[in-house]
Amino acid sequence: MANHDTEKKLITFRVKRFDPDGGERKRYTQEYKIEVMKGQSVLDCLNEIRWKQDGSLTFRRSCKSGICGSCAMTINGVNRLACETQVLALGSSTITVEPLKGFAVIKDLAVDIDPMVEKLLAVKPYLITKTPPPSDAERIQSPAERARLDGLYECILCGACTSSCPSFWADERYLGPHAFLKAYRFIADSRDDAPGEHLDALDDKHGLWRCHTIFNCVEACPKSLNPTKAIEALRRELVKEKIG
Amino acid sequence: MTPIDPETIHDVEGVPLHSVHRHDVVVVGAGLAAMRAAVEAAKDYDVAVVSKVFPTRSHSGAAQGGIAASLANEEEDHWEWHMFDTVKGSDYLGDQDGIEILVREAPVVVREFEHMGAPFSRTPDGRIAQRLFGGHTKNFGKGGPILRACYAADRTGHALLHTLYENCVKEGVRFYPEFYVLGLIVRDDVCSGVVAWDVVNGGVHVFHAKAVMFGTGGHARIFRIASISLSSTGDGPAMALRAGIPLEDMEFLQFHPTGLYIHGILVSEAARGEGGYLVNDAGERFMKKYAPDKMELAPRDVVSRAMQREIDEGRGIGGKDFIHLDLRHLGKDKIMTQLPQIHELAWKFMHVDCVTNPIPIQPTAHYSMGGIPTDNDCQVLADGKAKKVAGFYAAGECACVSVHGANRLGTNSLLEASLFGRRAGKSIVRFLRTEPALPDLPADAAKEAIEEIDGILSATGSEKTGAIRAEMQQQMTANCAVYRNGCNLEQLRAEVASLRERYGRIRIDDKGKTFNMDLIDALELGRMLDVTEIMVASALNRTESRGGHSRTDFPKRDDANWLKHTLAHRKNGAVAFDYKPVVITRFQPQERKY
Ligand SMILES: Cc1cc2nc3c(=O)[nH]c(=O)nc-3n(C[C@H](O)[C@H](O)[C@H](O)COP(=O)(O)OP(=O)(O)OC[C@H]3O[C@@H](n4cnc5c(N)ncnc54)[C@H](O)[C@@H]3O)c2cc1C
Ligand code: FES
Repeated sequence: MANHDTEKKLITFRVKRFDPDGGERKRYTQEYKIEVMKGQSVLDCLNEIRWKQDGSLTFRRSCKSGICGSCAMTINGVNRLACETQVLALGSSTITVEPLKGFAVIKDLAVDIDPMVEKLLAVKPYLITKTPPPSDAERIQSPAERARLDGLYECILCGACTSSCPSFWADERYLGPHAFLKAYRFIADSRDDAPGEHLDALDDKHGLWRCHTIFNCVEACPKSLNPTKAIEALRRELVKEKIG
Repeated sequence: MTPIDPETIHDVEGVPLHSVHRHDVVVVGAGLAAMRAAVEAAKDYDVAVVSKVFPTRSHSGAAQGGIAASLANEEEDHWEWHMFDTVKGSDYLGDQDGIEILVREAPVVVREFEHMGAPFSRTPDGRIAQRLFGGHTKNFGKGGPILRACYAADRTGHALLHTLYENCVKEGVRFYPEFYVLGLIVRDDVCSGVVAWDVVNGGVHVFHAKAVMFGTGGHARIFRIASISLSSTGDGPAMALRAGIPLEDMEFLQFHPTGLYIHGILVSEAARGEGGYLVNDAGERFMKKYAPDKMELAPRDVVSRAMQREIDEGRGIGGKDFIHLDLRHLGKDKIMTQLPQIHELAWKFMHVDCVTNPIPIQPTAHYSMGGIPTDNDCQVLADGKAKKVAGFYAAGECACVSVHGANRLGTNSLLEASLFGRRAGKSIVRFLRTEPALPDLPADAAKEAIEEIDGILSATGSEKTGAIRAEMQQQMTANCAVYRNGCNLEQLRAEVASLRERYGRIRIDDKGKTFNMDLIDALELGRMLDVTEIMVASALNRTESRGGHSRTDFPKRDDANWLKHTLAHRKNGAVAFDYKPVVITRFQPQERKY
């Protein structure tokens, strides 16, 4: 097993920076060089740069285990989670790091995710039931019904999919794949009684019909989820709803 | 929101009016404890959730294995069995009145999660599925391991955290994401709010409330090898300490046996629950020497000590400081359906395919048993014993009820966070029903916070926070981890004092107001150093071995002198101690064998 070799390699990180308080030097690219060991992630390196070289380099991070969704950024042109991207596995000695495209940059790699959250809320992202649950027992859901949620409930709201979507670049009011995935997570749930309420926001020119099935979102999702599949299923639901 | 009495509105010095927010309830944090409290109180009152990370990015989302409840969906189970296991797991330091509440209310809390929409895995007949977890047994420890951990594949924390966020949205909770809470406003044992820094835009804000609830999570980040999120820095306990409240049982920190080598990232205990083996360099399942009955499913403190001993005695893999977790015999199908996230973690972080290779692991700092002392209704205790701080509540990992005593059982902490979060919500509602007036906001409420921020931004010292943090974490992992001894702890105490002194001479690179993570790092480091000082002093003070606290110079549990809780606070620049008795109701202390 070669994963704890101590051999180090000098890597150049080219980071796209933005300093909102910076006057002249607002937007620029900065290079940092560090020695990288096998097993080190892009996040480990960014942390090391911040802690040892330049404390002003700004990015979000929390879990460092690929589960919280804080550290999505564009690494060598691809949207990824910095914490689970092994530097040496990228196979290049220069690594370009940029903020997620499509969102306004607040500072360096930290982008404004408010629009993403707003669109999430538009699909009523919660279970809606019309009958009270049994007291002293759970609702029954068969393993097959539960299996329909696989590939939907795992979304970590990192923004990688929506940031990669040309429809979102073209229309800032476009809901985005993350919102569709969440809507379908509830519509597909055997316990949910109000598919129409989740669908409402979707049947709109900024909604489902604007997806051109380019599949960028599928490529971009670090959790290997498939928003496009959810979108197709949602379109069928919408048609069903319309025909009554 | 209840109408504001104009009499209570005063200016807060240094804070513009539009940065003073008023809510019935201000919840600090957005993990399971905090958001469960918010959901509960938001049915009747105006609730704000203030968190330094966006809610779904809270540490709770990283929990994998499960949440304990004696639902008996898979096999016979009783809350009394769960209680016995929890008491024994705590090495008899857990308060049994609190534990009884935990195990009796557990089924209700788990079913409510299901009702809220949580995507639990299911049994063939459609009920919540349950799996094995270390330390949970049948028939008061006399039977074998029991299926008690309710789960959503190995993404239980993620599933529950998102469910709570969704329900907060549904109940109209007001979110303030990316606000770093700096301090509590407490005068004469009455809490009237918190002061916070707006991370995105910069600026000090005041949150004025009738009730404040802390669900700020753990502090295991003070160690170098740790499983918990980078934001689990003990801010809550540090703020309580600064407000003059003692901290309880801070010497007890749990080391999880299966951290990914070097990264510290957790490989869930579900790996062992599903049948994984721990093997040393000779390929031997060494747990047979330490816990012949329960083997790999013995509680974490027992397994971590066994691993550390193997490593210390040269039986780590290749003589190095790690052990192998072997899942190969489980087969690809079982690994992919029951443990998909573990497979992904091992691959992404170590390039190990656990279907064909064992995973290198080492003990990792994991869970904080100690914290802010509360009663069973989550009211914070000003003296750690009886005197309450009016309007101040805490639950989850930042609090110490204490239900975990000296060692927490796996799956009992998602349960504790949710269950006591819910209780905190309910007791806040009871308090607000008495229609208390909004407490006065002192004019100098934000003074300390403003001074701290200005001080850091304008500091011209020479020390880098990154270097101090690295040194602190390195020292803690070297000298205050699985095994401790008086001599090392004495040195560590001096070392921490010198780190604190160096912290007084820091200088940060970023002087801006917008999204200044350099500033946040510095603030977190200051709080981590406070917590570290208390932990080291408490570990040195407790001259026995119990649960997560293992002293090589005092290897035995000493009930005659130490069957009591530590209460530590700062007094005249030093750490001072007080104690309180353990509540024992049903189970008398016995020797703990697995
Ligand atoms: C990898 C891992 C796996 C685990 N798996 C399990 C498991 O399977 N079962 C189990 O029972 N337990 C498990 N645990 C333990 C469990 O996850 C935690 O104990 C529990 O999630 C803690 O929840 P909490 O609500 O107390 O705090 P957290 O989820 O840690 O939330 C803390 C919140 O406080 C906020 N906060 C902190 N400081 C400030 C501040 N200064 N200002 C504003 N906001 C602040 C944070 O932003 C965050 O929102 C696991 C732990 C780890 C590390
Ligand atoms: S830090 Fe949480 S996903 Fe990377």
